[in-house]
Amino acid sequence: MFDIFLLEAVINGVLLGGVLALLALGLNLVFGVIDVVWICYAELVMVGMYTIWWLFVHYGVPLPIAIAAAIALVSLCGVALHQLVIRPVLGTPPINQLLVTGGVLFFMQAAATLAFGVEFRNLGLRMPIVEVSDMFFSFARILAFGTALVGVLVLWLFLTRTYLGTAIRAISQDREIMPLMGVDPRKIYLTTSAIGGGMAGVAASLLALQYDVHPAIGLSFGPITFMICVLGGLGNMAGGFIAAFVFAQFISVGGFYFQIEWGYVLAFAFFIVMMFVKPQGLFSR
Amino acid sequence: MSEPRAMPLVPLLGVAALAAVPFAGLGNYHLHLLINILIWGFIYTAWSIMGRFGMVSLGHGAFLGVGAYVVTLLWNTAGLTPWIGIPIALVLAMILALVIGYPCFRFRIVGHYFALVTLALGEVVRLTIVALRDRTGGSLGMTVEGVAGGTSLLALQFGERGTFFYVALAAWLFGLWVWRIVDRSMLRYALEAASEDEDASASIGVNVTRAKLAITMLSAAMTALGGALYAQYQLYINPETVSGIGISLQIVFAVIAGGMYVQLGPTVGAVITLLLAETLRVTVGHDVHGLDGTIYGLLLVLFIIYMPQGISGYAVATWKRRRTGPPQAPTPRAVAAR
Repeated sequence: MFDIFLLEAVINGVLLGGVLALLALGLNLVFGVIDVVWICYAELVMVGMYTIWWLFVHYGVPLPIAIAAAIALVSLCGVALHQLVIRPVLGTPPINQLLVTGGVLFFMQAAATLAFGVEFRNLGLRMPIVEVSDMFFSFARILAFGTALVGVLVLWLFLTRTYLGTAIRAISQDREIMPLMGVDPRKIYLTTSAIGGGMAGVAASLLALQYDVHPAIGLSFGPITFMICVLGGLGNMAGGFIAAFVFAQFISVGGFYFQIEWGYVLAFAFFIVMMFVKPQGLFSR
Repeated sequence: MSEPRAMPLVPLLGVAALAAVPFAGLGNYHLHLLINILIWGFIYTAWSIMGRFGMVSLGHGAFLGVGAYVVTLLWNTAGLTPWIGIPIALVLAMILALVIGYPCFRFRIVGHYFALVTLALGEVVRLTIVALRDRTGGSLGMTVEGVAGGTSLLALQFGERGTFFYVALAAWLFGLWVWRIVDRSMLRYALEAASEDEDASASIGVNVTRAKLAITMLSAAMTALGGALYAQYQLYINPETVSGIGISLQIVFAVIAGGMYVQLGPTVGAVITLLLAETLRVTVGHDVHGLDGTIYGLLLVLFIIYMPQGISGYAVATWKRRRTGPPQAPTPRAVAAR
């Protein structure tokens, strides 16, 4: 039986998958190369969203410039995060690295509360709704979906077609040998952090178009982003990309049949089950 | 805890002093602080019982949530006394720990992956609570139905803070006692070996899966008990404050600040975090939201970088060095050595 609302849910799920894939991209890159999970990744996205909101609403900066500024700033945040927080603990047990970024999460969340208060802020933009034969889709989501595809493509081209990209892939494969080959891992790590931060900035600009920003927004996006990366195989970008769409279908279709929270519960439960079936991720070799 | 033998008097005196606290004419506010420290100190101890062996759970909010909500739901909807509700909640928390723990330990999910699986578990419980909003009130939270007069042993509700203080004190002492039992058991050696090298310890006859499961279920049950006590004390619970990623991280970080390798470390963590929050609240007031969290977050980062064994671990190491020269016992490993 054909159900147009179900189809709408499925397509919305695909679009949501684009947003999630974009979110997961930067985190996955950082993990793949530096081998550190930025628990505060979603908070970097929040920084980007606040930057856009602040520039756009308070100073009337045109949106594209505000977005560019946000991407640059978050990219810098990524570099600062690596330089100030990650580097001192690089030699310690991996769980310390995960926890130290958790401290940053607390810090950023509270600092955002301090600076902007707990209110929900939005850009005050009304994005058009696209109607296709009685189904309604958010234009912002379509935009995010498209950007995610372009983002994956650009990142892939960068990683496979440029010298720097090749060095990044090489160092993620063998941390000991590459320094001997004349690649400076510190430089690579910084570049990766900058790109990872930049990706968070890109995700922020697309999220800012469709969601209100508030200090706790990271907590609503963070867990799902980690799950996606783990499900796809931490560091495996193609896997993460596909996992994002799988998750989004759970949320969207689960939300269609029950409630949106049940959609999330299903997605997380699916994640837990998958961890037991394939601990190294869905697409492990 | 390797306390020198000549010192059993000190803990006894400490407990006696604590037991006398309600008679010291403290105001309600200070008593409230102390009760909070004891309850959270107990919960943090429960976390550390497994956390010290390198099993870093970012999902203890799940067990906290089960403890708080199961007991409250049974009381509010079925009128079942917490005296029966709490054991039910503990059993449920242990089943949850078993269901999640068995495959995790069987398939060697450790480190990052374990942390992320438990994080998902915490979210599942939080979202389930929110989704069952018809019964739980969703994100608005729910109030534990009060009894007439405010005090009833059957309902485990005590209008007098002084009375609840003893309940919290008992729980906290129980937590320390369990810590001590574990610390002196074979389980501890098995788990320490497993946290260093799973294959090697399995090859000398340690049943790694069973040892890890035992400690996880113990930790889960204690955390659920802490959640239930928290609900009985506050008489109001909310999915955000008893479950989910926020509270789970708070547990981990308070323990890291206090130190998870020393018996009193988690309690030190509870003292520090609560005092910090309260001091800032009193000095800067309610208007400046987020200041305490900002400082707290900054401190955590500094702790993990410069003092990964926490305040108490650092203090003990310094004290030992001063007494006996170079430390004979290996100093506490950094959080979760592999």
